[in-house]
Amino acid sequence: MNELLMVVVGMAIVTYLPRLTPLVILRDKKLPPFLGTFLQFVPYAVLAALIFPGILSSTGETSTAAAGALAAFFLAWMRLNIMLVVMGGIAGAYLGTLLF
Amino acid sequence: MQKEKARASIDTCGISAYQPFWRGIKASIPIAVGYIPIAITFGLVARSSGIPDYIALLMSFIVFAGASQFVGVNLIALSTNPWEIILTTFILNLRHFLMTASLSLRIDVSLSKTWRFLLAFGVTDETFSVASMQKDQLLSPWFILGLNMLAFTAWNAGTWAGIFLAAGLPSALQASMGIALYTMFIALLVPALKVSRPIFLVVLISVAINSALAWIPFSQELSTGWRIIVSTITAALAGSILFPRGIGGSEDE
Repeated sequence: MNELLMVVVGMAIVTYLPRLTPLVILRDKKLPPFLGTFLQFVPYAVLAALIFPGILSSTGETSTAAAGALAAFFLAWMRLNIMLVVMGGIAGAYLGTLLF
Repeated sequence: MQKEKARASIDTCGISAYQPFWRGIKASIPIAVGYIPIAITFGLVARSSGIPDYIALLMSFIVFAGASQFVGVNLIALSTNPWEIILTTFILNLRHFLMTASLSLRIDVSLSKTWRFLLAFGVTDETFSVASMQKDQLLSPWFILGLNMLAFTAWNAGTWAGIFLAAGLPSALQASMGIALYTMFIALLVPALKVSRPIFLVVLISVAINSALAWIPFSQELSTGWRIIVSTITAALAGSILFPRGIGGSEDE
């Protein structure tokens, strides 16, 4: 097996393991309530950390990214459909490109 | 809250697989829209960095993890030591450990190992986010499968397109589309902020910590993957100490 192929297979394995292990191990286990509560909060904490500050460098220009982020935030706050929020965010960033 | 699981061993593949599967596909459309431009970029970057096409295609097919693939191609192009590349990928993906642990609470306990092996492969930041923001406490495996499958297909189709087609999109538009997945995260998160004070605080804490880690000179040395892990654990921990009753701590749903 050539070296590059080995690298990719290695990458695949170390990517799959963290995805798989909890799904198989936590099965049938009664979690202590504290851990259950903790895991309930995880999605929100992850989303928050994924969004900020990463979003500011998502378009290559902080100002256009901020324009798109604000547009998306506003639309999401109005509880618009997810696709509209996404398109509004892209449009916001694109308008930002034209303005700044 | 999780006590409900006892009575919830319904619909694994019983009632109808077709309906939740299609709901999964539909819920995955925003992910696909976000993935395609990124995957095209990945294909272009991979091609321009001079790694063989089949390596880039194989990466999208068996690794299926955006950030890791970009970092991987970059490190391969710099002829980094293979073990170092693999270790970096591992660190970058440790956060999925937290995600699937959280997801495992939303899956029927009686779901078979085969299903679990299958569903695990498709867990990404995006598929996890969409799945966990669903209203139902228990998720149909068919729903998750549909969600993961469209995302996977879009990611691979985009990679092919990037490698074999030249860049057609105007660069300003292409750059603006870089924000797509972030706006999807916003669309998923913001409505939850409005209904739950515990969630609001946890989000605030997570953003504050992640920003501090990204902007304070010393902690900038941490990779993005580690910063997300540290922010998530700290914020979720603070949340479960402050609100032992969970996300519905101040208002019941």
